[in-house]
Order: sequence, then C-alpha cells, then structure tokens
Amino acid sequence: MTPFSYSRASDAADALRRATAGAKYLGGGTNLVDLMRETIERPAALVDVTGLSATIEERQGGGLLIGAATRNTAVAEHRAVRERYPVLARAILAGASAQIRNMATMGGNILQRTRCTYFYDDEGSQCNKRVPGEGCDAIEGFNRIHAILGASPACVATHPSDMCVALAALDATVHLRSAGGERVLPFTDLHRLPEGRPDIETVLEPGELIVAIELPPPLATRSTYRKVRDRASYAFALVSVAATLAVEEGRVKDVRLALGGVAHKPWRAFKAEDALRGQPATEQAFRAAAEAELAHAVPLHDNAFKIELTKRTIAAVLGELAGEAA
Amino acid sequence: MNIVEQATKVTKTAAQGLMKKAVELAPDSWIPGGNPDPLIRQQHGHVGKPVSRLDGPVKVRGAAPFAAEFATEGLVYASVAFSTVAKGRIATLDTATAEAAPGVVLVMTYRNAPRLKPMPAFMSAAKAAGGDSLPILQDERIHWNGQPVAVVLADTQEQADHAKSLIHVVYEAEAATTSFEADKARGTEPALFQGELMKVEIGDAETALAAAPHRVDATYRTPRHNHNAIEPHAATVSWNGDELRVHDASQAVVHTAWSLAQVFGLDEKQVHVTSPYVGGGFGSKTLWQHQVLAAAAAKLAGRPVRIALSREGVYRMVGGRSLTEQRVAIGAGDDGHFTAIVHTGVTAMTRHNAMPEPFIVATRSAYAADTFKLDVEVVHLDMLANTFMRAPGEAVGTFALECAIDELADRLGMDPIELRIRNEPDKDPTQGTPFSSRHIVEAYRTGAERFGWHNRAAPGTRREGEWLVGMGCATGTYPYYRMPGGAARITLTRDGRATVAVAAHEMGMGTATVHTQVAAERLGLELDQVTVVYGDSTLPGVVLAGGSQQTASMGAAVIAAQHALVGELLKLAGNDSPLAGLKPAEVGGLDGGLCKLDEPERRESYASILSRAGRDEVTAEAEAPMPLELQHWSMHSHGAMFCEVRVNAVTGETRVSRFLGSFDCGRILNPKTATSQFRGGIIMGLGLALMEETQFDERKGRVMNPSLAEYHLPVHLDVPAIDVIWTDIPDPHTPMGAHGIGEIGITGTGAAVANAVYNATGKRVRDLPLTLDKLL
Ligand SMILES: Cc1cc2nc3c(=O)[nH]c(=O)nc-3n(C[C@H](O)[C@H](O)[C@H](O)COP(=O)(O)OP(=O)(O)OC[C@H]3O[C@@H](n4cnc5c(N)ncnc54)[C@H](O)[C@@H]3O)c2cc1C
Repeated sequence: MTPFSYSRASDAADALRRATAGAKYLGGGTNLVDLMRETIERPAALVDVTGLSATIEERQGGGLLIGAATRNTAVAEHRAVRERYPVLARAILAGASAQIRNMATMGGNILQRTRCTYFYDDEGSQCNKRVPGEGCDAIEGFNRIHAILGASPACVATHPSDMCVALAALDATVHLRSAGGERVLPFTDLHRLPEGRPDIETVLEPGELIVAIELPPPLATRSTYRKVRDRASYAFALVSVAATLAVEEGRVKDVRLALGGVAHKPWRAFKAEDALRGQPATEQAFRAAAEAELAHAVPLHDNAFKIELTKRTIAAVLGELAGEAA
Repeated sequence: MNIVEQATKVTKTAAQGLMKKAVELAPDSWIPGGNPDPLIRQQHGHVGKPVSRLDGPVKVRGAAPFAAEFATEGLVYASVAFSTVAKGRIATLDTATAEAAPGVVLVMTYRNAPRLKPMPAFMSAAKAAGGDSLPILQDERIHWNGQPVAVVLADTQEQADHAKSLIHVVYEAEAATTSFEADKARGTEPALFQGELMKVEIGDAETALAAAPHRVDATYRTPRHNHNAIEPHAATVSWNGDELRVHDASQAVVHTAWSLAQVFGLDEKQVHVTSPYVGGGFGSKTLWQHQVLAAAAAKLAGRPVRIALSREGVYRMVGGRSLTEQRVAIGAGDDGHFTAIVHTGVTAMTRHNAMPEPFIVATRSAYAADTFKLDVEVVHLDMLANTFMRAPGEAVGTFALECAIDELADRLGMDPIELRIRNEPDKDPTQGTPFSSRHIVEAYRTGAERFGWHNRAAPGTRREGEWLVGMGCATGTYPYYRMPGGAARITLTRDGRATVAVAAHEMGMGTATVHTQVAAERLGLELDQVTVVYGDSTLPGVVLAGGSQQTASMGAAVIAAQHALVGELLKLAGNDSPLAGLKPAEVGGLDGGLCKLDEPERRESYASILSRAGRDEVTAEAEAPMPLELQHWSMHSHGAMFCEVRVNAVTGETRVSRFLGSFDCGRILNPKTATSQFRGGIIMGLGLALMEETQFDERKGRVMNPSLAEYHLPVHLDVPAIDVIWTDIPDPHTPMGAHGIGEIGITGTGAAVANAVYNATGKRVRDLPLTLDKLL
C-alpha cells in the first residue's frame, strides 16, 4: 500500500473542499482498501464520506431518497424497501457477506470495480483498465466471468455489483454534486461501456460526489432478483437478473429488466422490454424476449455458456413473477 | 533424473524387493503389531471418550501463540517480491528507491544474500523437508512465475510491503515449458514416488479389457489446487551466534531443523524449531523458501525477522496439488466380476521436486481383478513445485476410479454398491499380502441403510420444482502408514504425574488431546496427570504430521517408551515389591501404578516405587520399531461415502443436500476430534468436487486467482449437515487398534458427488470442478 493522508468530511460541501487532485472518497473501504493493498489504486489522500447523509426519506408521490452513505444492510432491511422494492433488498442480500454489507455504502457499492483477475494483477498482467493502451490479458486468458454484451477489443471486464442491477431495473436516478453544482442522472447513464477507454468507468467528473440515490414509485409491487453463481454464497454473479413485471389480463402491461455479470455496466435489457410490452405473459414470450436481448451477445473462450444461462434465467425470473401475478 | 540415477534406483528397488519378501513371509509375532496392543482390550478407560480439545480454551481466549505472534526484541518485518516470468534471468534489479523508503532496514537480493545451499527436497533424504531444491536468491535465474526475487526488511509490515512495491525488476524472459498439453505431446516419463516406480502390471489388462463383455474406458481430469490453511505460512526467526531459532508453523519440526542446517551449513543441533500451534497444514506446512529467506535476511541484518506470507504469497511460494489426466478402464463379466482394471495417466511436476501426484495408489488395493495395468507418467513444467495436499494420490485417484465403477454399474444395470462388493478382494490384489483389517462391506451396509440408499431413483427421474435430485456413493480409502523414526520420552514424577515428549505436531486435529488420553490409559493415570509436550525439534523422534501417520507413529513410540519405563520401574521396585520377578511385558499401568496384566491385584503405585527407591522422578526414552508391519500386511482405512445433490434444471447449479461418511478406520480414539477430522476432509472433498481450481495461465505460467475471493472453497451455505459413522473395529495389528484418519474424508468424496450429479441429471461430468457450465 502506498502512503496516503486521511481526513473525514463533515458534509458534502466539506467533502468537495477536501477532494484535491489525487484524492479518493472513502466509503466502507471494502473495495477501495483492497485495491490499495494490491497497489492498483494509489490515492494520495482519502476523504472519508461515511459521515454524509445516511438517511432513507420518503418522497412525494411514493419514491425514496437514499443517502449515499447509507450502509447496504440498512437499505436491505428498510421496511419501505422490502415492501415496495423487493428486487433491491434481494439484490443487496445476494451480494458479498453480512460483514461486508454492514460496512459497504450505497456510493461505494455503485463505484466498486471489476473482479477481472488480470485487472487485479498489477505486477504480472496487462490491463487497459489499469494502464490505458497496455493491452488486455483477459481476452485470450481466463474469461469465464467476463462480458458477453457491450465489450470492446480493449476490455471484456464486467461490473460486479448485484445492487446496481436492481437499481438499473428500478429506473433509479443518482444525485451528484461537484464544485460546479448539482445534477441528477438516470442510473443507467452513470456507468460507461468500455469502448477505447475502459479506465473511464463512469460519466462522473473528477471529484464529483454521489450524494443520494432516488427510487421512483415502483412500477409494480412484484419484483425480484435472481443470482446464479459458483457457490451458494459469497461469490460474484456469473449471471443475474433483476425484474419487475406488471401483468394485466394475461398480458405484459409493463416490465423492467436488468442483467448483471454480463457487461461492463449493469445492463438494462431495453430490447427485451420492448419485445415484451403488450405480449401475452407466457413462457414463449419470455424466452423470445431473452433471445432478442442476447441476439448480439459475443462469447469469449470460457464464457459462451453465459448466453444460454442468461436466457434461461430471464425466462425463469419472468415466469416466476408472472406466476405470482396470476 | 539421468540413467545412472535411474539404475541405482532400480537396484535399490531390487534389494528392497528381497527384503520385502522376507518380511511378508515372516511369522506375525516377529512383526510390530504381531502381538496386539493390550490397550485394544481396555474398553472403559480414557480411550474412546469424546474428550474436548485440551487446547480449546487457550485458542478461544486468543492466548495460543502462533508462528507470527512471538514477540522478540528488535524484530523487523519481511515482505517478498515475486518474479512475474516463468523462466529467464533478471536483467536489471533496481532496489534504490525501496532502500530509501521509510523504515527500511535492508533489501536482500541475489546480489547480497548470504551464500546458501539449496533445500534438500522432501523425500530425497530421511529428514528432508524442502518444497524444492532450487538455489534461493543465489543468482539471477528465474525458475517459476512467482519465485522470490527480493526480500525487504522494515520496521513495520506496512513499510516493508510499501517498499517492496517500489522494487523495479526487468526480466529477460526465456521460452518456458508451461503447457501441459504441449509438453505431453513431446513425451512423458515414468513417475518415481518415494523411490518406487508408479507402475503395476499383472496379466495382460488391455487384452482382457478388449475381450470383456462389459467395459468402461474414460478419461477424467482434475485441476491444480492450492493450499489454503486458515493460517498463512509464517515464521519468526533469530540468530544467537551460530544458533538459529525458528518459531515456525510446521508439521515437520525435526525435518525442518535438519534441512535448515543443510542450507546454512550448520549442525542439526544448532537449529531449534518450535511450533506449538499450527493453523492447519494439510501437507503444506513443511519447509518452503520463506523460512530460508527469513533466516538469511536475519543474518544479513543482524536482527530477528518475522515473515508472514500474504494469501497471495502462499499461492506464489507454497506448492499445491498438481493437475492430473487419468484414464480408467474396467472390463467386467456378465456377473460384474472385474476382468481388467486399467488406471493410467499423466500429471505435471517440476525438475526440482520429487512429487508426482500418485493417483494410482488407491487402485492398487481397492478391488480384485484378473488383470491390472496401473501407470503414472509425468511431464515437467516450469512452475512452482507441487506438493502433498490432503490424501495426495487418493483424493483425485478415487475420483477417477470410483466414477468409472459407477459408470460400469450403470451399464451392467447393477447397484454400484453390489458391484463393489462383488469385487471385494480377499487379500491385497496387487501385493498378495493379507489385509490387517478390512470391513468396507459392513461400512457400506450400515451406511446404505442409514442414508436411505434404497430410495435412489433412475438417473434424471427425481425432480422437485426446478431441482433435480440424485444420490451417489463411492469408496474412500487411505493407507495406514507408520514412518520410521518414531521415538518418545516419558518422565514420571513421585507425585504420580507424567510428561510424554515427542517431536510431534498439533495442527488443530486434536493430537495433544488424543495422546493425553492414550498415554493416561497406558500409564494408568488420570487425564490431568498427563502432559504431552510436542512441536519442538529438540524432543525425541522424527515424526512427520503427514500421511495420516502421526497417531500411529506416536502410538508405537509411546508403547516403546512405556516398555522402557516399566523396565526402569521394575528395577527400582526391587525384590520387596509385589511386582518382583515380573518381566516388563507382563506389566501394565493401572490406577496410578503398575500391576501384573492378568493379575491386577499384584500392584504397586508409582509413588510407592519411587519413594522406596528415594527418587523424585524416572525417565525413559525409546524408539519405535521399524514399521515392518506395512510390508507384512496390507493396511488400509476405508469409507463408504454417500451423497445427495440437488441440481437446478434451469441454471445447472449443484448444491449438496446430504452427505454421510461411513468409515472403517480401526478403533476411534476420540469420537469428537475424529468426527471433526472426517467432516473436515469431506468438506474439502466437496470443494474438490464442486469449485476448487487454481487458474494457471499457461501463457505466462502464472496463477491468476491467488485470493480467497476468486479461488472458491465451500462456504457454510455449501455445506449440508454431514453425518459420520464408523465401524469402530480395532485393527489388531496397530497401536491402540487405531488408524490415522486425517486424510480419508477427502477420498471418495469427489466421486460420490459426481455420481450423485449423474443420478440427478443423467449427465456424466469427468472434469473437475463440477461447475454449472458443464451441466447446462
Ligand atoms: C470478498 C468480497 C466479496 C464480495 N462479493 C460481492 C457480491 O457478491 N456482490 C456485490 O455486489 N458486491 C460484492 N462485493 C463488493 C462489495 O459490494 C463492495 O466492496 C462494496 O459495496 C463497496 O462499498 P464501500 O462503501 O465499501 O466502497 P469503498 O471501497 O469505500 O469505495 C468504492 C469506490 O467508491 C468510491 N466512493 C465511495 N463513496 C462515494 C461517494 N459517495 N461518491 C463518489 N465516490 C464514492 C470510492 O472512492 C471508491 O472508488 C464483495 C466484496 C468483497 C471484498
């Protein structure tokens, strides 16, 4: 680990003031500190933002505003979240371990970095995400956990978060603050696809702070999250699906679908959603929607199985929600 | 190995062969274990009681000191830099920035390291403990990706780690041999394991196979595995003049002391290695380069050094289980009788170790067959030396063998248990020697009953919602070993307390507890009157905590020492004692004294004997006899392993829902510690079956998942309730009637899982780990 200075921000304005060049915000530290130990991150200063808003507020019209410093466990346990956004509670609880969730914050979870093992191997491997232009050892290497959608010749890494998949499916927005002021972004626009610059993972400006996440009123009362993984707990998703579904008279009135473990960002399945709206809520329609979403999936050496696995999981999750609705 | 060495080995093997025949033919009474240990008859004493671990309270309080916890004045901390190429040389090595970093005491590289001899590689000499025999920081050559190239010493661990990251190395890489397939294509070499050629040919197995009315012939693959003991390797070392003091995490203290002495050109007595507590070993806690680096750096700095490997450090510097590719072919008659067993294949090792993963060892004694062809071949790769890992050979060998049996049973339309019993041998099928104790059939019958085996349905027919449910079974087996070198010292004091000293090891298995029970029983004392001291190279014996042999080795050594002690006591007792005139063999310990074994009223207490002789204490030390019993009998433990799995029909995810191990391992000395050993082995077997895999990137020869986040081991949710039962039938030819039980749990488990998955899904997966992509 490279030496660094540490300070604690009292509020958002204070955090912005302290965030000089080379500084990083510190949430629970469960990802950042690991990366610092591996010398992948070498911030000169850490600005602790766990003292910022950690409240969950009701919004007019039935939404929720969740402070960026709220711990993952607190969100998953919150009554309104469990009742109105079960997909979010389930996604959080499917991730990491209880100890890590107790530390992890909303902001930190959103900005956690990929688990690509070549990215983690600072000393021994090439990675365009670490050193732009250096090359990517994963494309021809072990890539079982890598992307099948939206990858580029520069990077095939995936975003590892479970929670973010739910946020993508919920039409959440992120409240940001920087020296230049405040802005609100659709959550699905926050993370980038790798293209030629996989080192730039989000559209955040340098020093820009996540202050809150807003959930609009839920589309439907039924929503769920399903994670497929290599062991029963404490493993990242090979594939995951977050969905909410409204069915009326046997037809899909509306649907939100997002995928995890398949792309450089939490993947909102717009194509599948379009294919489904107005269709009968049947297994065939669910499968057809999944086929539509994955029509352009590109497999790597070790991860071709993910294409079929994703389709099956989408169909199973929608089938389960439709079954509950019936 | 060159031709001359090969020839020497062969001649040696021939001489050993003659000796072996003589031992086989000798009368039982000449052989250790020929006269049953009197403790076997004692049914109501300490042995067999579920005594809780005596070290439990200190561990729970955090008061048990581990290797990286010994405080020493002036201590400095070490951090190791690893090479990032598999072969070549260091072209430039820039340590200036690191040397200037805060807190740094020195940076040791090949340029300034003391001159050292290589470690004697494990199994190259009686007390050799080295993981490899390569030069350690002696030149600029690189032999594997991950080899230590520099050690930083600093005042704190953080400073050392930071300075290490500032070392800049440029390599001149050379073409390395890192591809298993490519090297295999260039040809393989026969494997020598413990001086023995890993080949057995009886009859013409290939012809018999071709002629068999029923057969299976398949290839099974198992990947590399890394060691992941909860305590990463560590040592705290210091020099006092020419004396080297090592607080180690070790399962071989005497071997380590001797081997370090060879490296530093010292007498064995100048090296003192202790290891009172070890957080798991599994074959990995022997001598690796880190202890040598720490001692060399301590010498260079003139200060004590602590080296505590990071988890990544363990993956880079401490070998694991090598990969295997095994062909198992079995021919059978219509009645299921085996006409041929072929078990051959290839594993990878290095030029600088002596450890070909011996995957055929279980097959040598598991089943009767008309013909056998067994063969392990090796390729040599430029990689970290592989090593022993819980049941080396058997853990992966039984996967292939026991899956093949299941496949054959399926083809024959026979129950796989009945097929196994049909081929139960009445003597060792390849050695011809009688079994000392073998009750696997009984273990199967009781296990099947308890597990509800009769509920097993046809493959792919049982479904609960999305889940396909199936059952499988397999035989686990592990040999009974006792290595030469066991010795013990017993000191008895006038107040009736005994101290038993053996250079043995407590790695969390319960060694100290169980041997307190055994010694108390043998001496006729209470548990709180006996102290077992261990984990110190200055104590008697050369006792490896490996090969599941420590219980036997200690058991035989304590028998010998007690025998000597009784002799001493009888001398002291003299003619006025009720024991006068008796021979040591007629006398045993009872109620704080000695008595005539078949006439317990003839007794005298230890206190009385010692008082009369005017002595405060008496000490006896003795060596265990050579383990000739291993050649006289075929000695093995067995387990009937039963598994129930649920495989998700949508995602292919496999979850083990029930497991039963039904064991035949001689007499169980302590049901509580034994259950933990069996369960632990089974859990490790579940990992082997479902998830463990070292990702070795052949392009660079580099391990890509050196972390517990990406190298998957079972977590709690992956482990169902594991039921464990045993026959408890003593082996009449072993100390206490017991067998070592540390390794058997992992054997057969992989196959039981794979066979259950087949029963659930109708899909046969022959490549471990059994991940969901293989079942979609
Ligand atoms: C072994 C292990 C297993 C795991 N398994 C899973 C899993 O299965 N599923 C899963 O989803 N996750 C998993 N995780 C990841 C875990 O969810 C993340 O580490 C955690 O959510 C990060 O939150 P944090 O608050 O600790 O972030 P930190 O580590 O503190 O920060 C992460 C990043 O966010 C930035 N940041 C933090 N707060 C803000 C803010 N307010 N504004 C701007 N930037 C900010 C930091 O600068 C840093 O770049 C696992 C982690 C570990 C160690």
